[in-house]
Amino acid sequence: MGSIKTEDKKLTIKDISVTLDAKLVCTDQSGPLTINRAFASDLMSDVLRLDEGDILLITGLANVQTIRTAEMSDIHCIVFARGKKVTPDMIDLAKENNMTLLECRYSVFKTCGLLYKAGIKPVF
Amino acid sequence: MHFEHEIEGGNFSQAGFASSEIKKVLKQLNINIKVIKRVVVALYEAEVNIVAHAYHGKMEVDVDTDKIFMRLTDKGPGIENIEKAMEEGYSTASTEVREMGFGAGMGLSNIKKNTDELYITSKVDKGTTVEMTAYLNRE
Repeated sequence: MGSIKTEDKKLTIKDISVTLDAKLVCTDQSGPLTINRAFASDLMSDVLRLDEGDILLITGLANVQTIRTAEMSDIHCIVFARGKKVTPDMIDLAKENNMTLLECRYSVFKTCGLLYKAGIKPVF
Repeated sequence: MHFEHEIEGGNFSQAGFASSEIKKVLKQLNINIKVIKRVVVALYEAEVNIVAHAYHGKMEVDVDTDKIFMRLTDKGPGIENIEKAMEEGYSTASTEVREMGFGAGMGLSNIKKNTDELYITSKVDKGTTVEMTAYLNRE
C-alpha cells in the first residue's frame, strides 16, 4: 500500500454527503472515517482489478454484487450515483461488512467532478 | 486446513457468498491482508463465472503453511477454447451477467493477475475445473 502524502486532502463521510447533497443510507463507525482517493466504475471486474483498498467507489450499478465486490476489494464507502436506489438486501450485506452507503442524484460525471474539486484524488 | 462450499449456478443473489466465507476464515488465520485480497478476488471472479455459466459448482480451498490452493469445479457447458477465453475482452456472458456488473471478459485475466499458478481444464457440455495457487511468502 502506498504511503499517504501529508498534503492529501481527506474528506469525512459527512463532507462527502454535503458535497454531493447525498443521502446517507447506512453507516458504520468501525469503517474508515476519512477518504482521500476514489474510483468510478459500473464494471465490477475493473473495481476488482485495483490493488488499493480503503477507497471511495462511485457507481451507477446498484445490486448485491456491487456490495460483494466492495467487500472483496476492501472498499468501505460507496456512492450510488444517477439516482440509483439501495435495496434492503444491499443494506444488510453492507452492515455486515462495516460499509457506508450513500445515494446521490447526480450523474457519475458530476459526482466525480464535485469530489475532485473538493480534493479527492483518483486512484490512477 | 480444508474448506468446501457448494455454488448454485444462476443464483446471482448468492454469488460471492462462498468467497466471503473464505475471506472470513483467512482473516481469522491472520493471513497477510495483501494475500487475502488476491485470493478472494480470484475466488470471487471464479465463483461469479460458475454462477454465470454453470449449473452447479464446488469451491475447495486448502490453506497450507506456505500456500493457498483453490479448486473450483463445475457442471456446465464447459469452455470451447480456453486460450480465447483467457483473452481480455472475450466474453460469452449473458445480458443478465452484464447487468450484474460482470461479463466484460476480464474475469479470467483478473484471476491470472491475482494467482501465482493457474490451471484450467474443461470439457464441452461436461464442465470446467479451475485450479489456482497463491503463495503466502510472495508479494
